[in-house]
Amino acid sequence: MGRMDGKVVLITGAARGQGRSHALRLAGEGADIIAIDACTDVASAPYALATEDDLAETVKQVENLDRRIVARRADVRDHAGLKAAVDEGVSELGHLDVVCANAGILSFGPAWELTDEQWQDMIDINLTGVWHTLKATIPTLIEQGTGGSIIITSSVAGLKGFGYVGAYSAAKHGVVGLMRTLVNEVSVFNIRVNCVNPTTVDTDMIQNEAAYGYFQVDNREDFGAVFQTFHTMPISWIEKRDVSNAVLYLASDDSRYVTGLTLYVDAGFLNKVG
Amino acid sequence: MDGKVALITGAARGQGRSHALRLAEEGADIIAVDICDHIDTVPMTMGTADDLAETVKQVENLDRRIVARRADVRDSAQLQAAVDEGLTEFGHIDVLCANAGIASMGLTWEITEEQWQDMMDVNLTGVWRSIKAVLPTMIEQGTGGSIVITSSMAGVMGLGGIGHYTAAKHAVIGLMRSLVNEVSVHRIRVNTVNPTTVNTPMIQNDAFYQYAGGSAEQMAALFQSLNAIPVPWVETIDISNAVLYLASDESRYVTGLTLWVDAGLGTKVGTG
Repeated sequence: MGRMDGKVVLITGAARGQGRSHALRLAGEGADIIAIDACTDVASAPYALATEDDLAETVKQVENLDRRIVARRADVRDHAGLKAAVDEGVSELGHLDVVCANAGILSFGPAWELTDEQWQDMIDINLTGVWHTLKATIPTLIEQGTGGSIIITSSVAGLKGFGYVGAYSAAKHGVVGLMRTLVNEVSVFNIRVNCVNPTTVDTDMIQNEAAYGYFQVDNREDFGAVFQTFHTMPISWIEKRDVSNAVLYLASDDSRYVTGLTLYVDAGFLNKVG
Repeated sequence: MDGKVALITGAARGQGRSHALRLAEEGADIIAVDICDHIDTVPMTMGTADDLAETVKQVENLDRRIVARRADVRDSAQLQAAVDEGLTEFGHIDVLCANAGIASMGLTWEITEEQWQDMMDVNLTGVWRSIKAVLPTMIEQGTGGSIVITSSMAGVMGLGGIGHYTAAKHAVIGLMRSLVNEVSVHRIRVNTVNPTTVNTPMIQNDAFYQYAGGSAEQMAALFQSLNAIPVPWVETIDISNAVLYLASDESRYVTGLTLWVDAGLGTKVGTG
């Protein structure tokens, strides 16, 4: 008896990183998965993004858990393409219960020196892309009449001002606001909307040369030493599974009345003083 | 929660009993503490010795071990005795649910000295005393730990007519935030759970109905209009599921969180 038996979960950014981790954690508890990823680089994101091979690997690992999975390439900036992918997945798996709006990018720069492209790509993917994901799924949830759970991947940068990630911070704050408005619109349908707000997670998004360079280090250990100073707990970053465990709580009926929550998984980041 | 020991204050009935059962279901052994007495300024019933005995029976029905002791969270010596007895039986303590709490009502400037003082002593100082009773042990054990404080949505919002309750429930959040800066180095996590109205004897009584509109129906209608998901209250299991998440290793890096279980109360704008 899994905590997600009979449920269908849609996950954007599912090719690798946190998205793949959520797919596996939820599938491990009985869910079937609709996995969406753009599988393409974004010029202003200074690191390689996920590929079609990555998405295929997510498919393989979910199928190894004896769950069904529908995987489609779609870019959250393209509402029509995203909607088509969502509808195909729902059509094949029969219904939709949970939406993990997880797709996102990261780039760095002082706020006043960001290029138009850096700013626009960040807002288009990390904020508008989340809105597109909700546009593409909420009508189905409402029509089904069986409620639902929407989990938006925000960040500690959605609650506090992290230096040199101004566009990222704006977008991650923005989705918190979007969540709060949605609570006032969809609660009547028993659809819950929450954010998960992780601190740094040990994934390709941060473990790359560009990120190291920005913090004036050139290796993982020194990078880790920098990030450990942000947490009250003696760690540099959390693991993907720590975010997935929070997502599982929010996706399951264990949290049936939890809505409007910013669930931060942050090793004390938001509360650290000094 | 296999292999874990959880100390729960206010465990005779209501949310406390529910947490004991949910954690025990997942494998925990329990130290259950309750005043098993009434406090004069509280206008509804409180847990009794019979209630605590029933909690014991129900935990034992789940094939878990339980140590139950009468203790008033206003009395550090009584709390320490309960902790010591639990340690003798189980050898360690991994989780504290600082859940014991009272309610009383009155306009802020009309609350009596005694109402105010009882509220602070139980809902705020009692939480501090409970934490004091277990933290030295948790630190010495060197295996981390999880402290879950029962705050309230009144800890993040200001509902009228319960100013002292609101102050105490806000205050334990401040206490949590300081503790995070003190005990994280020991991998001890401190979080609050913040419920909206929960369907327990604390709200299902004439005094609370009076406070919230007059009758049981009016109380239900009021809170249903305040919550975003149109329910008048949540059930104890909803809080226990949140406590379970925070008590378990699934939340091993979650600390300093105010976990709202509120049917959208904290986010809703407008009524109806």
